[in-house]
Amino acid sequence: MTMLTKEDRIYQCVSHVVMMILSLNVIIPMALLVISSFTDNDTLIRNGYAFFPENLSIYAYQYIFRTGNAVLRAYGVSLLLTAVGTALSLAVTIPLAYALSRPGLPAKRLLTFYVFFTVLFNGSLVPTYMNYTNVIGIKNSFWALLIPGLVTNGFYILLAKSYFSASVPGEILEAAEIDGASACQTFLRIAIPLAKPIVTTVGLFAAIGYWNDWQNGYIYLTKRADLYSIQNLLNRMIQNIQYLSQNVSNIRDADVGLAAIPSVSIRMAMAVVGILPILVLYPFLQSNFAKGITLGGVKG
Amino acid sequence: MSMAKQTAGSRKGKKPLRHFIPFYLMALPGIVYLFINNYMPLPGIVLAFKKYNARLGIWGSHWVGFSNFKFLFATNDAFVITRNTLGYNLAFIVVNTVFAVGVAILLADMRHRIKRFYQSVILLPYMISMVIVSYLVFAFLSTENGFINNSVLLHLGMEPVAWYMEPAFWPLILILVNLWKVLGYNCIVYLSAILSFDKGYYEAAAMDGATKWQQIRMITLPLLKPVVTMMTLLAIGRIFYSDFGLFYQVPQNSGALFSVTNTIDTYVYRGLLELGDFTLSAAAGLYQSVVGFILVLVTNLLVRKLDPASSLF
Repeated sequence: MTMLTKEDRIYQCVSHVVMMILSLNVIIPMALLVISSFTDNDTLIRNGYAFFPENLSIYAYQYIFRTGNAVLRAYGVSLLLTAVGTALSLAVTIPLAYALSRPGLPAKRLLTFYVFFTVLFNGSLVPTYMNYTNVIGIKNSFWALLIPGLVTNGFYILLAKSYFSASVPGEILEAAEIDGASACQTFLRIAIPLAKPIVTTVGLFAAIGYWNDWQNGYIYLTKRADLYSIQNLLNRMIQNIQYLSQNVSNIRDADVGLAAIPSVSIRMAMAVVGILPILVLYPFLQSNFAKGITLGGVKG
Repeated sequence: MSMAKQTAGSRKGKKPLRHFIPFYLMALPGIVYLFINNYMPLPGIVLAFKKYNARLGIWGSHWVGFSNFKFLFATNDAFVITRNTLGYNLAFIVVNTVFAVGVAILLADMRHRIKRFYQSVILLPYMISMVIVSYLVFAFLSTENGFINNSVLLHLGMEPVAWYMEPAFWPLILILVNLWKVLGYNCIVYLSAILSFDKGYYEAAAMDGATKWQQIRMITLPLLKPVVTMMTLLAIGRIFYSDFGLFYQVPQNSGALFSVTNTIDTYVYRGLLELGDFTLSAAAGLYQSVVGFILVLVTNLLVRKLDPASSLF
């Protein structure tokens, strides 16, 4: 009885057409970005960004890598920030969530509310900015990229807490403690391996959050362009294309000066460079990410 | 045997506080971080009721009561940013839900392996930063070099358009860009709901000769209703907040577009860091926080009525 009726076949056909259009909506802009980055700059000035350019060129990439200590540096900052940030985020979020999931913890309701209130109400940008600038004093430092807003949030913590409560059997944890394992050992050796899906999810959200963040650098790095992440550099470049050449601290080749900047193609080459890690890791990212969203369920 | 007894016993008996010290230590870094990031700024809210003087600091500055708010709401800005924030969010809720539900239904019925490919591709934009999205949009809309002006309009014999100067196009552009970015994500939520439905309903319906369309209308959509309601209520709880990157980066902070791109978030940001107008910015921020807080409480109350398991508290 698995014969498809005519109606079924039409339905399947229409579905594929719709999904292909939606997929092309994603692929086409990406293709335009990549093709433009490999297009000769003069061709771009003449014809604009196009899918079938007259002349291809890798000059934009050569330019980035020849004069590109700003680019390479920003890349390094982004990689470091993402690695440190993700580790920090997990180290802060998961133990707190685990502690809140333990039955019988005195003041548990109070602590849970303390976390939950941050989801309900926030002080908004001005007080937060004043706090980080005047009180904590991390403006114009690497901390400004790492700390504000991104380390953890009430939503991650509560999501992980409910995962520990629902999916890590309390009996196993108690048995381990009775067998003489310390609370720390129980947490690291038993609870975390059992909670691997939520640990992966929180880590993934944090990593993507750090790699993609541009706001912290935009708000707090007013004098330290050397600390720019790749997103901040991209952001600066779309506002001011000369920025890159102005910021080249040591122009070694005389010909690679302000005049030689491939101003139109380099924008797109930089964007390709910025998106590359996401594209390379995407097969891994997307399957885990999809699981994570389902884990968060409607609350996501 | 004895272990089971012990376990049961220890559960009943109260453990000494000492037993919980390791758990408090585990909780400490997170508690400290939330204190720094979320609680320490709260007293700074008083800035909304003061005339800020950098020399005197937050606490030394003079109280001015509600005059910052009076000033804010006397301007046309307050109306524009509220209208834009609410208007876009309402449009996003409708458009995003219709597309996400539609795509989820199509994907759920698809047999071919290629459905995994579609799913991965439409999720990709969700992982891209708004800065990169603004580059993608720029490649199409740039006045001098953009694809639309140079390839499409030119070949149609039409005049180039200064896209970043024409407010009329931007409501549509922003709604489409937002849909493009979040479709894959929302779709997964609905798809996982549909896949959890009992297949028996569909088999029975097919046996009775129901068409595909009838099955969608009579089975899938009614079963999806609670999920849609929940997602919508949660979105309404966030209706006073906007994606700063979408409204700031994608239109490239173009002044000519402010009438249709300025939201509460971009207004607060510009007030603080471009205009140095701390007090108006603080007042607008507090306006957002308070109304947002009330909306979250109200919508959660509704969610709890409909489905206690999905409510936040």
